[in-house]
Amino acid sequence: PPIAPMAARRSVDEMRDRVVLGEFGVRNVSEPAGVTRGARLPQAFRVDVIREEEDTLEFDMVGIDAAIANAFRRILLAEVPTMAVEKVFVYNNTSIVQDEILAHRLGLIPIRADPRLFEYRNQGDQEGTEIDTLQFQLKIKCKRNPQAAKESSDPDELYFNHKVYSKHMTWVPLGNQTDLFPDADFRPVHDDILIALLRPGQEIDVLMHCVKGIGKDHAKFSPVATASYRLLPDITLLQPIEDEAAETLQKCFSPGVIEIQNINGKKVARVANARLDTFSREVFRHEGLKNLVRLARVRNHYIFTVESTGILPPDVLVSEAIKILMGKCQRFLNELDSVPME
Amino acid sequence: IQADGTDGNCVTFVLHDEDHTLGNSLRYMVMKNPDVEFCGYCITHPSESKINFRIQTRGALPAVEPFRKGLNDLMGVCQHVLSTFEGSMKEFRAQK
Repeated sequence: PPIAPMAARRSVDEMRDRVVLGEFGVRNVSEPAGVTRGARLPQAFRVDVIREEEDTLEFDMVGIDAAIANAFRRILLAEVPTMAVEKVFVYNNTSIVQDEILAHRLGLIPIRADPRLFEYRNQGDQEGTEIDTLQFQLKIKCKRNPQAAKESSDPDELYFNHKVYSKHMTWVPLGNQTDLFPDADFRPVHDDILIALLRPGQEIDVLMHCVKGIGKDHAKFSPVATASYRLLPDITLLQPIEDEAAETLQKCFSPGVIEIQNINGKKVARVANARLDTFSREVFRHEGLKNLVRLARVRNHYIFTVESTGILPPDVLVSEAIKILMGKCQRFLNELDSVPME
Repeated sequence: IQADGTDGNCVTFVLHDEDHTLGNSLRYMVMKNPDVEFCGYCITHPSESKINFRIQTRGALPAVEPFRKGLNDLMGVCQHVLSTFEGSMKEFRAQK
């Protein structure tokens, strides 16, 4: 059918700022080329913080492009540095857990230490100095409990120290670290991480060196439990939907997305809050409804969710990620200026 | 960083220790420049951490210029994002 000029312009606008989810695929995935030539970012950009809990942050970035949003996500996952156990010196390990397995587990424990206070260790440096290393000790021995009842079979009663938790890791200051960090209390983020199980006579005596690293090198250095983004959903009802169809429509989406209003005695469906939807595309399974709804996403509205492991608060992580991207650009600018291009 | 090209207008920069993180965002910033005729990047081999970043300019502009401008623009964007983000965090905390 012929498209009127208004509708044509609407469809170009649609192409420009919505990614449309069709029944069997996604249309308009990339922005039409040449659209953004010469356009500058600052005008429409804004950040809205939606929710902040202890370790989770949910915020919206509106007016930014996928390349940059993705760059932030990648940096949050892999390039924001943290401190984690790297070298484990095993003095005595008579437990069932093998040395290397124990070392692996210790490396994965998040350590509450601000990585900005430390430097990276120089390559090839085996010893570790006080500015780049944190030392922890784990020394624990399991003994039998002489006061336990004769017939009891509960390990908590029978043995002392049979469960090795992360709270048993103690900080051993190196060099002048007590002066450098007078009020610091370096310990694992969580006290109740079970490291190993012991039985009487078994003991673990290890010394650990924590260094600064990034997630690209080993995932234990990643400061986020996860960091992800999604685009803001946009649901449009192309025609008014009433009565039973409205009820079915409401069930097709996540709760709270569609609400039913009573207008002149008829039940009419209305999109209440498209943001809550997870786009299960249930609508396309109903023949009568699938052409009456347009599912789309707003192209430049990113809903970020950052969950930190507890080492740094999530808003600090986001700021650090942005600074790291700036640092990368600065590095190449400096090289461009220092090395003459032939 | 190494440059390699026939004349000043078409240059392929080899950026070491970089990947899609900087490659894609830099490509986006350089593409916005109307003087740039072609801009692209590729990762030569996934085991090596380096990217080939190619810029071709129309006219007599040396290719280093859009590269430099793109880096500066990207820094400007990051700065703007950082200040907007920190401002919003402050506002959010103030109204809680």
